[in-house]
Amino acid sequence: MVYALLIAASAVFVVPFAWLVVSSLKPIEQAMAMPPTIFPRAHYATIDGERIEVLIDYTLPRAGVVADAIAGDQAGRRVLLTPEQALARPAELRNAHRVGAGWIRVTERLAQAESAATVPRWDVVPPEAVSTQIKFRWDNYPNALAALGGAADPKTGEGGVSFWVFLRNTLLVCVLGVIGTVISNAIVAYGFARVRWRGRDAFFAVTLATLMVPFPVLMVPLYGVFRELGWIGTLLPLWVPAFFGSAFNIFLMRQFFLGIPEELSEAARIDGGNEWTIFWRVVLPLSKPVLAAAALFHFLYAWNDFLAPYLYLTRKETFTLSLALQAYQSQNGGVQWHYLMAASTVTILPIVVLFFFAQRTFIQGIATTGSKG
Amino acid sequence: MTKRERRQFFTGLGFTSLWIVGLGLFTAYPVLASLYYSFCDYSILKSPVWCGLSNYTELFSDDLFWLSLKNTLIYAGVSVPLGAVVALSLALLLNQDVRGRPLFRVLFYLPSIVPLVAASMLWMWIFNGQVGLLNWVLTPLLEPFGLTPPGWLVDPAWAKSALIIMSLWGTGNAMVIYLAGLQNVPRELYEAAEIDGASGFRRFWHVTLPQLAPVVYFNVVMSLIGALQIFTQAIVMSSAASGGTGTEMDGFPARSTLFYTMHLFATAFYDLRMGYASAMAYVLFLIIAGLTWLATRVSRDRLN
Repeated sequence: MVYALLIAASAVFVVPFAWLVVSSLKPIEQAMAMPPTIFPRAHYATIDGERIEVLIDYTLPRAGVVADAIAGDQAGRRVLLTPEQALARPAELRNAHRVGAGWIRVTERLAQAESAATVPRWDVVPPEAVSTQIKFRWDNYPNALAALGGAADPKTGEGGVSFWVFLRNTLLVCVLGVIGTVISNAIVAYGFARVRWRGRDAFFAVTLATLMVPFPVLMVPLYGVFRELGWIGTLLPLWVPAFFGSAFNIFLMRQFFLGIPEELSEAARIDGGNEWTIFWRVVLPLSKPVLAAAALFHFLYAWNDFLAPYLYLTRKETFTLSLALQAYQSQNGGVQWHYLMAASTVTILPIVVLFFFAQRTFIQGIATTGSKG
Repeated sequence: MTKRERRQFFTGLGFTSLWIVGLGLFTAYPVLASLYYSFCDYSILKSPVWCGLSNYTELFSDDLFWLSLKNTLIYAGVSVPLGAVVALSLALLLNQDVRGRPLFRVLFYLPSIVPLVAASMLWMWIFNGQVGLLNWVLTPLLEPFGLTPPGWLVDPAWAKSALIIMSLWGTGNAMVIYLAGLQNVPRELYEAAEIDGASGFRRFWHVTLPQLAPVVYFNVVMSLIGALQIFTQAIVMSSAASGGTGTEMDGFPARSTLFYTMHLFATAFYDLRMGYASAMAYVLFLIIAGLTWLATRVSRDRLN
């Protein structure tokens, strides 16, 4: 019984992911098809002797004739006529062939790039002649990533930003932020945990109190500070503050440091070490779990962050992935759902990979942070 | 202070020096500056001009302020308890002796670490009225009753519900915390209850819940604080649903997704009324502080 519920619940949680990936591999008309299909398909038929990918238009209700008109008002085009119409003007038609009821009209499927210039060929073929197979449209991914950056303005030549730039920006913010987080919070937490000094506990209480301050309160003056520094429009506001500590991480690391036996510090003190060497040589090496957890969670936070980039970044070349994704979706007239799903998958994938490599740190990290009331 | 105390003091200061700067520059200064701005007319282009309580009085007669507050309270008021129930239920299920617990845990947890923007895109797609997955599933279920599924993100009556449903997808984080809490409940308590003849439900009510209470309380408060500041999902989804008309701050459809932080942001950075926005920020601060205090009182009474 428990299993049934768990399986049902996990299905509900997993289906959106599956739908995301499957939609990202479909061509746009199948992505938007109703009723939806699970897997993307490709249909093939022979037109003019060539076996090519086709779109299925409709099924013929009655028998007819397909021919190429060489005269009359439809000269130069292929036409579908009733048998009576065909008999009336045999001289104008070439390659006339009968097509039966239940046959399928198919049209050549052109790649997006060609579709503007070329007129697609079509024909009517017996249903047996159409073959279908599952085909994943992997080229949605490079196309989506190219579209993410936007096309370069044909006049000025600027504006087209490569996906790699977005990735680089995001990685920069994440990695620098992680370095800053680990270093600054470890040092500060040590000061709160292992050094006894006047006013320490009051200061720590104030630190905890700041956890209650909502970001909107800080938003406007912070923007002003960064504006004074000339940092608006750069990535600096996104990672520099990490080098100056954060209340939550201080709390976390202090908690951990408090658990390290005092005797170890004492032994080092007897050997003539000062607090800094104790920190560096004794406490820090023992703190790998909490440092790893803090690093991981900051990376995750920085990768997923939208508000700060939205607030501080102005030029497209500086955008992070989250911001680029939102900008892409909000600028286009008609939403290219399959591209949007592909681009979204790309921003999610590194996190999933990271999770699988660092699972234990993740789960243990959350469990300890959340359980401490 | 003695010489030793003085040395310790400066050592402590030295270690926390980075945080002193951080706290001062990135927290304390903004908190105080915001308070000051809330009593001023301030656009970042000019210096602030003192105007007393006029921002606050204007707030209380501003329809959009009340609307955004109402929207936010509805969203938080539904998504937080619902999310806690879902997370707790899943944790309880997983706490049973089940095989494959790590796998289930991963499946439930993964959605909560997905970038919010990407998740919003996905759910916009799922909630699409014509070609979305959800309505495709719902239509045959509702037909026998003569009902059709709603348009979700384009229907003012349902847009918030869509956001709430999406938030439930992300409760894996809380579930992991509750699961850890459940596994920390001492076995002896359950055994003692069983010896006393307590049924499953009574064991849950008298052993599990009280043991879990601090963890639940902490998480619910944190969730509430987060939910009251909802921003990213609302912006991403409302701008797409509106199809590019208006800005992403409008709270499309029909302002039903105009949330507090969005309105604050728009006031500060689009209307350039930063004094007014600061007043809004402080009202939010007070609400959060008030709710936290209230929750502390309630939990203290119940835990005793």
